[in-house]
Amino acid sequence: MNGLDVNKQAANVVVWLLLLAMPYWLPAVGGYIELGSRVIVLGLAAMALNFLLGYTGVLSFGHAAYFGLGAYGVGMMIRYVAPSTGLGILVGTLTGTIAAAIIGPMIIRLRGVYFAMVTIAFGQVFYFIAFRWNSVTGGDDGLTGWTRKALHLGFATVDIQSNPNAFYYLVLVLFALALGVMAWLLRSPFGRTLIAIRENERRARFLGIPVDQHIWLSWVISCGLVSLAGTLYALLNNFVDPRALYWTQSGDFVIMAVLGGMRSFWGPLIGAAIYVVLQDYLSSQTANWMSFIGLFFVLVVLFFPRGVLGFIRRKVTS
Amino acid sequence: MSLLKVENVSKHFGSLVAVDSVSMTVEPGELRAVIGPNGAGKTTFFNLISGFLTQTTGRILFEGEDISSVLPAQRVWRGISRTFQITEVFPELSVRENLRIPVEVAGGYRLSPWLSRDADAEIRARVTELMDMGGLADKADRLVGELAHGDQRATEIMMALALKPRLLLLDEPTAGMGDQETYDITQLIRKLHRDQKLSIVLIEHDMRVVFHLADRIMVLAEGKMLAEGTPKEIAANEAVQAAYLGKTAA
Repeated sequence: MNGLDVNKQAANVVVWLLLLAMPYWLPAVGGYIELGSRVIVLGLAAMALNFLLGYTGVLSFGHAAYFGLGAYGVGMMIRYVAPSTGLGILVGTLTGTIAAAIIGPMIIRLRGVYFAMVTIAFGQVFYFIAFRWNSVTGGDDGLTGWTRKALHLGFATVDIQSNPNAFYYLVLVLFALALGVMAWLLRSPFGRTLIAIRENERRARFLGIPVDQHIWLSWVISCGLVSLAGTLYALLNNFVDPRALYWTQSGDFVIMAVLGGMRSFWGPLIGAAIYVVLQDYLSSQTANWMSFIGLFFVLVVLFFPRGVLGFIRRKVTS
Repeated sequence: MSLLKVENVSKHFGSLVAVDSVSMTVEPGELRAVIGPNGAGKTTFFNLISGFLTQTTGRILFEGEDISSVLPAQRVWRGISRTFQITEVFPELSVRENLRIPVEVAGGYRLSPWLSRDADAEIRARVTELMDMGGLADKADRLVGELAHGDQRATEIMMALALKPRLLLLDEPTAGMGDQETYDITQLIRKLHRDQKLSIVLIEHDMRVVFHLADRIMVLAEGKMLAEGTPKEIAANEAVQAAYLGKTAA
């Protein structure tokens, strides 16, 4: 709800320039472009989760379910139905969104820890389906035997199949679209009702806002965008396995959002970047990389309760 | 037609009868005060009218229609808005934003993903008007959570007013305030009642405020209605003096 001040605009321009130029500077600092794609994809998932967590004040521990539905949706579409990346993304995203829309009414009346627990429970249902239904999902071994396909746009063909930079830019375009939708909604009257619910649910209700309905909408939008991230995750790896649906994956999204700062729009992307880079570096050094991320997380929560970006912002403004 | 008609409403919490068969009729343009000692059931009675709680027996009519089982948000749409004993605002948003949200909801924009230029200008003008009325114009961009108690309360009242209610319910609007703040809020309520012809029901502990503002007073004690009348009648009522005014003096 903040106005468009110059500082903020400048920060936005810098972020987008860095993202656009990633294939050029990332290798120079010792990274590789798949790592960049991974940051963007998981960043999108964490930002989508944060639409619900940071802007509506509702904590879900089950977003991996919709992430995984998107991932399996695109994989199964390409493997079994039609070898089209675009169609796969569409079907995967719709699958996750529709599932969220149907599950929503059963859970939106719950609050706090009860909501979180029930979202985990629904997530685990999808996990066990993917885990057990070997003949279709590949079970524990994951869904293999497919790859992303070149993108046919009519006037041109983009080779995202073998050119990782081209795939990165596809991810970035969809990321930008998804962020555009979120930013636009958050500045609208509807977005303000969500912030009102986060700030004070009782007041929101007695201002005539049907809180459950608005939480449902926020939930569906959030899960829909997480499904989109899930499709991109599967395409990035050319592979899906049930871990994409597992509840710890949901926990990772929450960690990213809180790590980066859940009260800021870009925070979860920063959180995802820290998480992915730490994981990439530490997992090559030690099998216990998760304990280091855990330690880092605890330190951030203790000393910078508004996340890394919240801390930086306070330093800049003071 | 009466604006609000409460008919023999009771509320039980287990074996406790918090409100016991209370009736009340409020006419359009009236300012009604509900008073009574602590634990008399005033706030519970209020919560029944606003839909925060559902009554065990009895019914509530608003503008002639039975709203007994209508949800809180829908009672707001029908024209009942309220404030709370403990101020309920959006503490981390500015005064302007706190007021903008109810103005947008009242304009029917709660689900809108965008606003036309005209609608936006209209909303801004209305927010400014409300801030001026509530004496908040110089604090427009401060976070409400950082304001003095009196200003927070004024913000809450203006938020309730932003909904263009036909009935405003104020739960202890001067609770916990100093003399100056109490005076300011009393003047604000008086202004809304006189200039806007707004119908108001308020719960109040401060007798100066009650006798200064109210057209009629209802006294509750132990969940039952003890008396009802003009401020003069209530002041002269012996049962009230014994149960309530006497107690506070003691």
